[in-house]
Amino acid sequence: MRMKPKLSLQRREAIWFYVLISPFLIGLLAFTAGPLLSSLYFSFTQYDIVSPPQWVGLQNYVDLTQDDLFWRSLGVTTVYVLLSVPLGLVFSLGLALLVNQRVPGLRFFRTAFYLPTVVSGVALATLWLWIFNADFGILNWVIFKVTGAKGPNWLGSQAWVLPALTLISLWGIGGTMVIFLAGLQGIPTELYEAAELDGAVGWRKLFSITLPLLSPVIFFNFITSVIGAFQVFTTAQVMTGGGPNYASLMYVLYLYQNAFRDFRMGYASALAWVLFAIVLLLTIVSFRSSASWVHYEEGGL
Amino acid sequence: MQADSLPARAQTTSTFALGRKASDRIRRAIAFIALCLLVVPFIAPIAWMLSTSLKSLEQTFAFPPQWIPNPALLSNYPEAMTRFVPLWRYFLNNVFYAVTATFGEVMSSALIAYGFAKFRAPGRRFWFLLVIATILIPYPVYMIPQYVLFRNLGWIDTYLPLIVPSFFGSAFLIFLFRQFMQGISTEILDAARIDGAGVLGAFFRIVLPLSKAALIAATILAFSFHWNNYMGPLLYINTSDLYTLQLGLVHFIAHRGSSNWQLMMAAAVLAVLPVAIAFFVSQRQLVQGVVFTGMK
Repeated sequence: MRMKPKLSLQRREAIWFYVLISPFLIGLLAFTAGPLLSSLYFSFTQYDIVSPPQWVGLQNYVDLTQDDLFWRSLGVTTVYVLLSVPLGLVFSLGLALLVNQRVPGLRFFRTAFYLPTVVSGVALATLWLWIFNADFGILNWVIFKVTGAKGPNWLGSQAWVLPALTLISLWGIGGTMVIFLAGLQGIPTELYEAAELDGAVGWRKLFSITLPLLSPVIFFNFITSVIGAFQVFTTAQVMTGGGPNYASLMYVLYLYQNAFRDFRMGYASALAWVLFAIVLLLTIVSFRSSASWVHYEEGGL
Repeated sequence: MQADSLPARAQTTSTFALGRKASDRIRRAIAFIALCLLVVPFIAPIAWMLSTSLKSLEQTFAFPPQWIPNPALLSNYPEAMTRFVPLWRYFLNNVFYAVTATFGEVMSSALIAYGFAKFRAPGRRFWFLLVIATILIPYPVYMIPQYVLFRNLGWIDTYLPLIVPSFFGSAFLIFLFRQFMQGISTEILDAARIDGAGVLGAFFRIVLPLSKAALIAATILAFSFHWNNYMGPLLYINTSDLYTLQLGLVHFIAHRGSSNWQLMMAAAVLAVLPVAIAFFVSQRQLVQGVVFTGMK
């Protein structure tokens, strides 16, 4: 009689680990990491998808530096990020502080601020097309009632189209607010009580207790907002198509147009890798700098 | 948000100082007034969308604008579903795509997360860091080769490119589930294993039922992503019969002419409705799920 050699418990656990995560590994290879590397290869080629890619070396990247629309889209997106991210963080933190007070109707307020996040995709674009309508839009009617002046032609104006898109993003800060709120509620009450005994009031408490202890959450929201803002696409594509006069040509929209309207897949891949480099760089810089202003409690991930 | 899921915290009420209490009340009064003012711009666009969706064409362009439609026309809704483009059909297509993809994504992510949370193996930390890194990589960076891949497979103009990848897990959902499942005690699982439940038996009979909050949050997050996904269908679906709701809405906008905002708002309300219902039915679990990934 032969004894079956039993696998050690550790070995079996390790095998099960890899069996269970195998879909992730396969998906990573086939749909994420593989394509990521192929797009690096494509970025050194001329490729119209019908005929095979032709190696052109660094030509696409050289062309990028001389492409006015590339610089334009980079500028437009940067302005949008600089407008929407800081404003979004400040407002959502402000709202979280407010709905963390003991006031009547708390449940209503929290739901109301969160509600707009339900409106998304093309429906969101459709709604704001109507609100921003220059002649019949409700926004310009309100502006007229309050100031007596005619409001701008929001989406048709080079100066106002980015503030308009920023306004849409600010309308959806409820998700960020909820994360801030949870962070606020994780701050031990005793800290405030101790600070009060030391005579700290109002703003002092905000700056010496709340903000430092909230810094990991601020950091999380900052990173996710920046990466999200760099990828804004649907609103620009549906509402303005990048216009007027390229004033809302978001980076991903320009990438999309190159790849799927003009079938310049190689050039679009170079654009994709520049985007990847930007996001990577921002993430690394943020994590590096976070050491000086983010306070982690012991433990963590 | 529900007040009872994230309880209000009286910031600081020292018991002895009466002056402190008075200033506390003033601060709360100011907060209340600020909230009343701030809530208006958040609610007004939704109210305007609903109001417009019930108006006649004349009322839609009435000056000054009317907030209360009179008469309220529910007929705009069936009209929006059938006039210009067969929106009802795109709606059903969207249900099929979003439900299938959500199911695949939630189940596969939960299984993968179970591996990460409960099984020790060399390389586990490395692969988990890779999961987190994957969350941060923007889709546009790798969408072109993915498109080429699916094109070579002959999957253009089918839902396969939208559905199949979801069965390999989503990095974000894996992260969410893993954080949650780490809190499930290993002893319970060991006990189940001793009782003869296999690895998968323990998953279906113990881990999944105990992860209900995470399951609900993940389902809603995945569903609302796929329901509203625009870029994916835009790349892969060309035939109008196969349009998803988001593509259908864009064609609706293009076909409606310059007026008919009341029909467009009715269409927008219908497009938002399934996600809105899902949010309201399970907001507590959803908030817990969102908070969980943000905090840990």
